[in-house]
Amino acid sequence: MYAVIVGGGKVGANVGRALLRMGHEVSIVEARSQRFATLESEFEHMARYGDGTEIFVLEAAGMGRADVCIAVTGDDEDNIIIGQVARDHFGVENVVARVNDPRNQEHFDLLGVAPTVCATESILSLIEHEVPQHSLVHLFSLRRENLEIIEIQVVAESRADGSTVAELEMPPGTLVISVLRNRVGRVATPSTVLGAGDQVVAIAEPGQESALMELFASE
Amino acid sequence: MFVVVVGCGRVGAQVARDLVEDGHDVNVIDQNAEALQRLGSDFPGEFVQGVALETTVLEAAGIERADAFVAATNGDNTNLVIAQIARDRYLIDCVIVRVLDPARAKFYEEKGLVTVCPTRTAIDRMSQALRAFATTDGEGA
Repeated sequence: MYAVIVGGGKVGANVGRALLRMGHEVSIVEARSQRFATLESEFEHMARYGDGTEIFVLEAAGMGRADVCIAVTGDDEDNIIIGQVARDHFGVENVVARVNDPRNQEHFDLLGVAPTVCATESILSLIEHEVPQHSLVHLFSLRRENLEIIEIQVVAESRADGSTVAELEMPPGTLVISVLRNRVGRVATPSTVLGAGDQVVAIAEPGQESALMELFASE
Repeated sequence: MFVVVVGCGRVGAQVARDLVEDGHDVNVIDQNAEALQRLGSDFPGEFVQGVALETTVLEAAGIERADAFVAATNGDNTNLVIAQIARDRYLIDCVIVRVLDPARAKFYEEKGLVTVCPTRTAIDRMSQALRAFATTDGEGA
């Protein structure tokens, strides 16, 4: 697989190292001359100097034959443009983009640059997972599949409390994946009995939150 | 009509003033508060200070009721992204975007944006002037 990484900061360089270890071919495009010099001493000819939002720079980096474009600069507008140019001008099938400011996520979605990764959102999801403030938490979005991994806490006296997974009539488009109890997580089976305080992880189509709250979180 | 202009530099400010002179309503966005000075003290429209990538800033400038949108910041990629937001999210029919890089201007023109490329204009005019000279005075030189 050939990956063109645009943006050679910590994220870009580490993604490059990891892909190389997996045996893939990599180019890293970096626009800052000092940063490029550092990259070049490690990645040699695989580091390329230039503004990765310029079409001729991407052309020289071999974007035309890339299997994947990874847009991980520190500017969201740049990452959106890199993603669009890679996909629509060079015909790259897989584009992965970094969202620096979570408020820009909606622009990536609107302009069709997906999938995206946002460190702030990931950290917030982890905080919610570790220190739940709400009984239902979105852990992860599978945007292309239009599915979400969510975590929900079983409330005492709810319909889920004391019921097995099989007895519980899960809303359509949802599935229980695992149950965390006393810090021990287990993959759920139809015979798993749910109890108050359990953290249940489920996969769900969007829009099922209220149906799930009804089952797990209302007395 | 009502126009939102983003980027209050030499280009954006003068476009805004021209539109006002023609009797249109114009609001202007720039991230730098001092850019307001370019509009002159008699400018009747609103000036919003902020980053145009933020929808709250665009909406404060009235993008939801705009008939036309001009993206003229000094960043090509910022202009291209906000122009697409204006077109695809706020469904504005007339969106005009300044792009300095001729290659990106051409690519997004083909994708349906109305792009204005000052670099392309400069290249064409200079080549044109030189060619005109070569076929007259400069012949045989």
